[in-house]
Amino acid sequence: MTTVESDRAPIIATANDQSMSSAALLRSWEAKPGIGGWLSTVDHKQIGIRYVVTAFLFLIVGGLEALTMRLQLARPNQTLLTPEQYSQIFTMHGITMIFLYALPVLSGFSNYLWPLLLGSRDMAFPRLNALSYWVYLFAGIFLYSSFVFGKGPDNGWFNYVPYASLTYSPGPNIDVYALGMVLYGISTTVGSINFIVTLVHTRAPGMSINRVPILVWGTLTASVGNLLAVPAVSLAFFMLWMDRQVGTHFFDSSAGGQPMLWQHLFWMFGHPWVYAIVLPAMGIVSDGLPTFCRRPLVGYTAVALATVTTMVLGFGVWVHHMFASGLPILSLSFFGAASMAIVVPSSVAVFAWLATIWTGRPVFTTAFLYFAGFILLFVIGGVSGFMTAAVPVDWQLTRTYFVVAHLHYVIIGINVFPVIGGVYYWFPKVTGRLMKEGLGKWSFWVMFLGFNVAFFPMHILGFLGMPRQIYTYSDGLGWGTPNLIVTIGAFVFGGGILLFFINVILSLKHGAPSPPNPWDAASLEWSTASPPPVYNFAVIPIVASRYPLWEDKMNEDDGASHDSNRSSVAAGMLLDQGRETIGTTLLDAEPDVILRMPGDSYSPLLAALAMTAAFVGLLLHSYLVFGIAFLLTLLTSVLWLWPQLSLYQREPSHE
Amino acid sequence: MSEILLSNRKLPVGSKGTLASGWWGMIALIATEATLFAYLLFSYFFLASHALGRWPPYGPPKLRIAVPGTLILILGSVVMAWGERGIERGKPRRLMAALTAALVLGIAFLAMQFYEWSGEPFKLSTGVYSSLYFTITGFHMLHVLVGLLMLVFLLLWTGFGYFNAVRHAAVSIGVIYWHFVTVVWIAVFFTFYIAPRLG
Repeated sequence: MTTVESDRAPIIATANDQSMSSAALLRSWEAKPGIGGWLSTVDHKQIGIRYVVTAFLFLIVGGLEALTMRLQLARPNQTLLTPEQYSQIFTMHGITMIFLYALPVLSGFSNYLWPLLLGSRDMAFPRLNALSYWVYLFAGIFLYSSFVFGKGPDNGWFNYVPYASLTYSPGPNIDVYALGMVLYGISTTVGSINFIVTLVHTRAPGMSINRVPILVWGTLTASVGNLLAVPAVSLAFFMLWMDRQVGTHFFDSSAGGQPMLWQHLFWMFGHPWVYAIVLPAMGIVSDGLPTFCRRPLVGYTAVALATVTTMVLGFGVWVHHMFASGLPILSLSFFGAASMAIVVPSSVAVFAWLATIWTGRPVFTTAFLYFAGFILLFVIGGVSGFMTAAVPVDWQLTRTYFVVAHLHYVIIGINVFPVIGGVYYWFPKVTGRLMKEGLGKWSFWVMFLGFNVAFFPMHILGFLGMPRQIYTYSDGLGWGTPNLIVTIGAFVFGGGILLFFINVILSLKHGAPSPPNPWDAASLEWSTASPPPVYNFAVIPIVASRYPLWEDKMNEDDGASHDSNRSSVAAGMLLDQGRETIGTTLLDAEPDVILRMPGDSYSPLLAALAMTAAFVGLLLHSYLVFGIAFLLTLLTSVLWLWPQLSLYQREPSHE
Repeated sequence: MSEILLSNRKLPVGSKGTLASGWWGMIALIATEATLFAYLLFSYFFLASHALGRWPPYGPPKLRIAVPGTLILILGSVVMAWGERGIERGKPRRLMAALTAALVLGIAFLAMQFYEWSGEPFKLSTGVYSSLYFTITGFHMLHVLVGLLMLVFLLLWTGFGYFNAVRHAAVSIGVIYWHFVTVVWIAVFFTFYIAPRLG
């Protein structure tokens, strides 16, 4: 009886993209040409790009919704939108930006970058990665399916009961939201599992846990947070759907249920989620900013620990969204204090960035401007958050435009600005072309100016008592002028985003060709070609420091010779016998297994389609559709998980 | 030379035990599933603590079926641990015997649960307690069902001779999930059957 190869000593050699071994790698890793290859690819770079492009499309949709609302609110007593239309548009704006843009765009960055940052050939679960993308896409379409018929979710993104109960919202509006979010939760969960296992298991030899880039810390923390937080919201939405359609009474106070249970479950998820959509973006800054300051990040360890601490504290602050709901004062005080404590890790990060700029030699590129601008917006958003962490202040300001100002400073400031800065930074790596700097600086200043004109006056509107989520207001309240300024600012901000997209499109065609490392940056992704070959690295790099590509410079600086302690990107493990990458230990990243990686597959797409069909069945109350789709999901899963010889998951059978 | 010594030491290739990515993936899946049950039980205690009048409204559920059911699940886990040991020592027949026994025990558990469901004086839509009872035990039964499917396919694959002493990651992954299903049941059992009796 033959058995599959049990162990092997990996060949260590010097190779580049022109080597014979790389031709073999290309054959193993390349996707099939044509539409089949496009639908079945599991390449993390393809999936990452799809995530980012899809998220930006949703950003445009959500942005147009925002501008429509700003037209309606520009003057008192406008009638551009009916109250029903306004409710749906502000709800879809929230859902789109928070769920369909903010996290997926960061997942896109991390999907594209992680294996390149970590010196690996793919994510730990390439097919799961594809599944995560397809389910995200289909959940996004699902969530919009009723909006196009004028029956979209209309109760705000936090969807409080009893408004969301069947009695007060009998249409399909809330059912679409509830089921769509459960489906979307599957995408987030499998994506998070993939990031965690990738970090645990597939870093390059020598990339010990204290050498991974901060972006990796950010996405790892967000993923662990998601793993522990997403079940709360999936459950809450599932219970809501059951209350509406199956006759349970979880939130129904007439039968012993509790509307407050919704608020608890929603915010137990909601607050960690806020950190999930900002920590990876802060990681983008922590990795990008030092490149343009020509020095390593100040306080790497402190920033990494601050990232994790923020999330840990973030699980203990959910009640600050519920200060006005009548909970006991003692509990409010505790949650208020915990919320204020988050200032500490946030400040650690802010001072680390400031010190990096202060002690560095800044190069004022467009990306640098976005990163530096982000710091200011983060501080403003942080201060308004600190203010509302004080219970009496929150009682005054909650449900007003002050909170709208705060959350937009936080989410646009900490997510959109770093993300667009990140696009300027990594665009040459992804496309092989540099973005235009002149237009880039225009896009930054127009965005930055427009953003502050749009959102700063909202603080004042909050002080003047303007409530959130109202479709219009009467004349004579003193809200007219600030609202007009806000609307003008919003359109300027939109214009800045438009300039950015124009720059992307122009640079795709006409950008200057980029060398592998145009910014002279320090991390591993810059050691491979721009764009990277499908197998990422001709050899698996060996890592000896946090800044593998800066070791020459940094060693010159301290005047010592550390030849015995250098990273290597030219020589390393070849692993050219099919799709393979190296598995390493959790802390020290010592090689401990040669991992066989799956090839392209239709299973992720089929599983995502079957799952989506099951949710459509539930929505249409067609248990036949649900049953068939559920069985198809199981069938696809079985085929997917069937132990494969090529992955060395089994022995050849006796037959 | 770098800090990490890349000797020409032989490394295992492919999916092997706890070196398999799938094993780590299952641990992460269990973490998120365990959290799901934590939120379910939080909902139970939250609603119980806000209940007006008697809780549980029909008195604590009877132990006559639940206690043997609990023992059956625990026995199933012990049997699977024994079977896993078997394949680690190159005894696929022992693993197959264990898988068959665990399958029978799991099906027995599900049958007993359905029997208990049918004897309850309330239905899903009766009130908040009944909503919690059927939803939480139903969620657990769904997990048992998924676990049983895993056991069926592991039995099939072991029969095909796919696994031996060195290569059986799928078995370890299935067994850890099966243990999880047992542990979660103990939490559910404590919440519904024991906690009301402590008050």
